[in-house]
Amino acid sequence: MKIYADNAATTKMSKTAVNAMIPYFDEVYGNPSSLHTSGQKAAEALYNARESISIILNCHPREITFTSGGSEADNQAIVSAAKIGERKGKKHIISTAFEHHAVLHTLQKLENQGFEVELLDVGEFGLVTAEQIKNAIREDTCLVTVMYANNEIGSVQPIAEIGAVCHEKGVLFHTDAVQAAGHLAIDVQAQNIDMLSLSAHKFHGPKGIGVLYARKGIVLSNIIEGGAQERGKRAGTENIPAIMGMAAALEEANEHINENTAKLIKLRDRLIEGFSEISHSILNGDREKRLPSNVHFCFEGIEGESLLLLLDAKGICASSGSACTSGSLDPSHVLLSIGRVHEIAHGSLRLSLDENTTENEVEYIIQSVREVVEYLRKMSPLWHDKISGRKNFILK
Amino acid sequence: MKKALIAMSGGVDSSVAAYLMKQSEYDCIGVTMKLFHNEDIGIEYKKTCCSLNDVEDAKSVAFRLGMSHYTFNFTNHFAEKVIQPFISAYESGRTPNPCIDCNRYLKFDALYHRAEILECEKIATGHYARIVNGNGRFILKKAVDLSKDQSYVLYAMTQEQLAHTVFPCGELEKSEIRKIAEKQGFFNADKPDSQDICFVPDGNYSAFIEQYSGKKYPVGNFIDRNGTVLGQHKGIIHYTIGQRKGLGISARNPLYVCGIDILDNAVILGESRELLSCDLNAVDFNWIAFDTPPEKFRAKAKIRYHHEEQWAEINVIGEKNVHIRFDEPQRAITKGQAVVLYDGEIVLGGGIIN
Repeated sequence: MKIYADNAATTKMSKTAVNAMIPYFDEVYGNPSSLHTSGQKAAEALYNARESISIILNCHPREITFTSGGSEADNQAIVSAAKIGERKGKKHIISTAFEHHAVLHTLQKLENQGFEVELLDVGEFGLVTAEQIKNAIREDTCLVTVMYANNEIGSVQPIAEIGAVCHEKGVLFHTDAVQAAGHLAIDVQAQNIDMLSLSAHKFHGPKGIGVLYARKGIVLSNIIEGGAQERGKRAGTENIPAIMGMAAALEEANEHINENTAKLIKLRDRLIEGFSEISHSILNGDREKRLPSNVHFCFEGIEGESLLLLLDAKGICASSGSACTSGSLDPSHVLLSIGRVHEIAHGSLRLSLDENTTENEVEYIIQSVREVVEYLRKMSPLWHDKISGRKNFILK
Repeated sequence: MKKALIAMSGGVDSSVAAYLMKQSEYDCIGVTMKLFHNEDIGIEYKKTCCSLNDVEDAKSVAFRLGMSHYTFNFTNHFAEKVIQPFISAYESGRTPNPCIDCNRYLKFDALYHRAEILECEKIATGHYARIVNGNGRFILKKAVDLSKDQSYVLYAMTQEQLAHTVFPCGELEKSEIRKIAEKQGFFNADKPDSQDICFVPDGNYSAFIEQYSGKKYPVGNFIDRNGTVLGQHKGIIHYTIGQRKGLGISARNPLYVCGIDILDNAVILGESRELLSCDLNAVDFNWIAFDTPPEKFRAKAKIRYHHEEQWAEINVIGEKNVHIRFDEPQRAITKGQAVVLYDGEIVLGGGIIN
């Protein structure tokens, strides 16, 4: 059996998205900036894609900037807000301890440039509250950036409430919605979101393309300089095939969002139930406020790397959190931020499903994880120390 | 098909070891151990989360050979079992050999355990040494290429580890290894051999210790054997037995570090002849050639990596303690270094000089 359960890392492209791209490789291949008919056709496609995405997010097409993906969108949003703040003498930024590195590393860079970055605690369930944001906002706060849903433990933040607090205080609000777009209903107006990042390959679209939504009136600072594409805010000839694939994928995902959610929650909850029967284990992230596709557990006495290898041998593609480029796994800053100690953080497993996951697959995953955890514990000297009482258990 | 786990560092030796294993009857899995973060050892923080090019090098060789490749994060193990003891040793006036601890606790323990989990029958590394199965005991021997022999840093291996380990490079000359690498088109064929301690790439171990531990080591006195103060030292971690450079003391005859007195925070200096001695005690001994060693025997003993082994009288005192008396006085017998006993090319066993 081959089961792909790592959809938070990336997804399989949908047939709809693939088909939407194909004409733009060798039929409509003009440059949208060109004057001639071929270019015009490409420009029209680009406009349609922009419009379709704007309808889904409930914003104006001009508020959509196409980027190379979520990371670039995060970088540009944060740097832009910081520049705007700096001009007004506001250099305080509020975020959370468990953001994606695209956000955290950009904030670190700003810190080196003299900005003050305050990372809020996310508590043991990985949630930040609007109250916390409200209390943290100061006169000189220029930006609040809080992820929509966490990429590792799947906890979903109270975005609308945070947005309301920010607006009340007149502070820009950005959200990294890479894990949420296409999976949760987003409405930037209703939720008071000023800036939002998303990435196509997390909702069955192509890799290397994303969106930065920025409310009208927010002046974006360029990360890439060059031509006047994207209203001069993001140079480089537009990746039309990828943009078309993204628009098609987002439309498709959005159309089925309710049925997919209902289906996924059932599968997710069955997995959580199955894993909870394994002794000395714990669910990470909030039980209710979590992505429908996300299951994240820590198992005491095992190493995540071994767990993943053995699951891979059983045909299950999973992850232990976020993997870095070499494929080696560091104890995740997300797990540390919710208070897991290093030893426990090392034994983590993330499964992220999609709407094609079946009940049979879920049962097979539960069975396999039980077997592998038992096998690894049997082979672990640390586990024997715990069983015999020489060392204490950390988890119940 | 029997499975083997290949420890690949990204260097030429372990790359060729991987190639040779792949040629033999094994189904091979390539593995690179991530041992430390560059920023932890003072190399500039780069934007990638694992900026070790060596991992990329190892991966490219593995993929070229059609093997799967994994990176295992052993940074916690390495900090606990290698870096911390390395620092503690210097703090207590000893001179450690971290490669021995890395082999003992990382390659042949943590990694060995992973091989077990993955049901690999063998683990292969790029070490220059040989393992032979002789009359029910696994014997560790020097490499065919004596100039590259690494048996000294492998003395702590147990019978079980030896039974499940292969050193493909031990049977070949270094020149042959390079030829294989060139023929296979490994881009790292002429990558220079690693020389320094991997986590102290610039060789400045005292700067590393201060940066890593965040401590400042107090200055103190240089004294001679009679306790006469000769000058001021920069902190004891800066010195190792036999050291002559960097003392900043002028004397009629050149002075050397002959001892470190941690209680008085003093470094004892003396002339070259004061470094000579015949006797040493070793602890934590591991015997490879014997189940139970004879009480008393003659063998050649090697007291540091680049020392040519010398004849000595060996007295086994307890299960793990050994007294060694050299026929001729040896220069700079250093606490914390390993002493390894040889019978010709066979490693009898080894321990730590106390």
